[in-house]
Amino acid sequence: MTDFTRRTLIRSAAAAGLAGGTLLDLARAFAQESPWKPEAGASLNVLRWKQFVEAENTSFVKMVDAFSKATGVKVNVSYESFDDIQPKASVAANTGQGPDLVWGLHSLPQLFPEKCLPMDDVADYLAKTYGGWIKGPEPYGKANGKWVAIPVAVNGGYMNYRISSMNKAGFKTFPTDFPGFLELCKALKKNNTPAGFALGHATGDANSWLHWILWGHGGYLIDKDNKVSINSPETAKALEYCKQLYGTFIEGTPSWNDASNNKAFLAGDLHLTLNGISIYVAAKTAGAKGDEKMKAMAEDIDHALNPVGPVGHPTELQLAFPILGFNFTKVPNAAKAFIAFMMSAQQYNPWLEGAQGYLTQTLHAYDTNPVWTADPKNKVFGEASARTLPISGVGPLSPQAAAAAADFIVVDMFARYCTGQEDLKTTIKTAERAAQRTFR
Amino acid sequence: MTDATAIATTAGGRTTWERLRSHRDWLGFWFMAPAAAILILFLAYPLGLGVWLSFTDAKIGRPGHFIGLDNYDWLSDDSVFWGSVFFTCFYTLVASSIKFAIGLYLALLLNKNLPFKALLRSIVLIPFVVPTVLSAIAFWWIFDSQFSIISWSLVKLGLIDRYIDFLGNPWNARWCLIFANIWRGVPFVAITLLAGLQTVSPSLYEAATIDGASRWQNFRHITYPLLTPIIAVVMTFSVLFTFTDFQLIWAMTRGGPVNATHLMATLSFQRAILGGSLGEGAAISTAMIPFLLAAIMVSWFGLQKRKWQQGGDND
Repeated sequence: MTDFTRRTLIRSAAAAGLAGGTLLDLARAFAQESPWKPEAGASLNVLRWKQFVEAENTSFVKMVDAFSKATGVKVNVSYESFDDIQPKASVAANTGQGPDLVWGLHSLPQLFPEKCLPMDDVADYLAKTYGGWIKGPEPYGKANGKWVAIPVAVNGGYMNYRISSMNKAGFKTFPTDFPGFLELCKALKKNNTPAGFALGHATGDANSWLHWILWGHGGYLIDKDNKVSINSPETAKALEYCKQLYGTFIEGTPSWNDASNNKAFLAGDLHLTLNGISIYVAAKTAGAKGDEKMKAMAEDIDHALNPVGPVGHPTELQLAFPILGFNFTKVPNAAKAFIAFMMSAQQYNPWLEGAQGYLTQTLHAYDTNPVWTADPKNKVFGEASARTLPISGVGPLSPQAAAAAADFIVVDMFARYCTGQEDLKTTIKTAERAAQRTFR
Repeated sequence: MTDATAIATTAGGRTTWERLRSHRDWLGFWFMAPAAAILILFLAYPLGLGVWLSFTDAKIGRPGHFIGLDNYDWLSDDSVFWGSVFFTCFYTLVASSIKFAIGLYLALLLNKNLPFKALLRSIVLIPFVVPTVLSAIAFWWIFDSQFSIISWSLVKLGLIDRYIDFLGNPWNARWCLIFANIWRGVPFVAITLLAGLQTVSPSLYEAATIDGASRWQNFRHITYPLLTPIIAVVMTFSVLFTFTDFQLIWAMTRGGPVNATHLMATLSFQRAILGGSLGEGAAISTAMIPFLLAAIMVSWFGLQKRKWQQGGDND
């Protein structure tokens, strides 16, 4: 039995292209070097988000397996959808029982920092070993200056466009500023190859692109001191700009959810949108299976960084995935060893490759992961961690900031104005009121 | 136990416990106790807890403190909340009335001697049998802004030149949801009313027809009065289901566009679970109670037996 597993492991390690020893040997070596020695007879319960790429989870399961073999720690992994992680983790935090580790999204650790296992040692160790933390996702690991979680990865959303349509619209390269971006959208509309960005309750897409527009103009929901600051001339400018953009969009964007732009893009109706790498991967995969139309589409798709707004620096909002341990765990060393193991080069690199560009590293050592160079069209997604602001913008990261995004305060503000439901003053006032409610 | 009882009995007649246990007046109480315990544990307690939460600032992951009417105070000034109250009432009123009208019509039709009666009756039930989420997703595709089969057909027929923005325009989205709700809810009304119709004795119609009653008079003076109690039950349930609808809205619009189609139930979920403000979500849910009570009152009075139904005069 052991032999069989070992052979399987060797084979999969070879398949992953790992040179110099098997995965298990590497794992054993790591376990010996690791500063955290798991407690005797330890077992870990891990709760994580449900994967959106099969290959990512396959690599994850392999990693968990290797960890168990190398350290003797039994690991149970359970999966929950994005929306269910936070309630489950909260119940565990309140009752003091449940999973030892939770891998969730956004500001989950900031919801109950005093219930989190301190991670300063792990964060410092990883930073020292792997070239330091990339600054974008760092706030998601900290509360009051102390590390309470480890930001594992970031899910990047960028400009997805059809090369031929952009060229026909008179652009050789993708615009890098807001006026150029508006010009491109106008020209695309004129050619009947329109752009479209979700203005509906699309948790990922709509929040991502509208915060980018708002922040790009210097408008923020809250300021440095956590005071509501949405009622500003910058917000008004962002709204005016967005209304012009909206005029160039394909019909129906106020009803869009996170899947709508993928569908419309792949159907050939949509020529520019903001999305993760999923549209491209879907087209490429279908193309590889012999779908000629999809193959041609994949060749015509490219990605670009979000143009930079008048403030002069990137103002993107990308989704972070931090992992935390609870302080009630009976096996804190096993928990820390697991996280360190997961973030180690031997494990993290193949895992990141398995994610095919959906996920971006949080440590500088992985900036050179082959996934970003294997296909030049993947490249921009590698910058997601470096270019993102926390979900709170310039304000301190807090559960309220995540709640404001989940409640679509910014999204609805833009949607109300763009669809002509409210005038400029009223729509800002409504958003201000909603923000005050959330941040009271 | 036996020992204790024996001792208690020898110590001076029957103990209080003994008397409570066997007294006839208390027997009913004992029989009711299990049911009452279930109701209190699973209905009254959560309801009470919900109302209590609405007076606190509880967030997910943080127990709340009592803040009195603060949540309601914020809601009273929240246009999204009032929008959801309006749409909930509008949705319930319009969808329920149409469901009643179509349901009654279908029931009367199915009560006739039609060929393939059994088959037709089962076909009518289909929308009710399909899981709501599935039918909601089907409707979501039907009303999609880019892939709508309706828009596609109309464009191919040359009747319109651009796709209809079904779910992106507030009023279009509202009507689409009402349509989907009606489609789903009609079978329940129709089949239940049909069951009611079949309890009406044919001899009454015969007698009335011999007396020269028209079909309308038959309906107005025999069918309708005899059907009243069942109509009251059906419509109460129909109104309650519609008022507390969640799945259709969540699968099709998530309360969008721009919060135009939030029902109080979806808004409560949005604020409490996704937004993490349990207290505020609970306040929205609690605000639904008066409306639901009103609906129950209607059925309460509708259900009360008329005197003539028990052989007395109708006054």
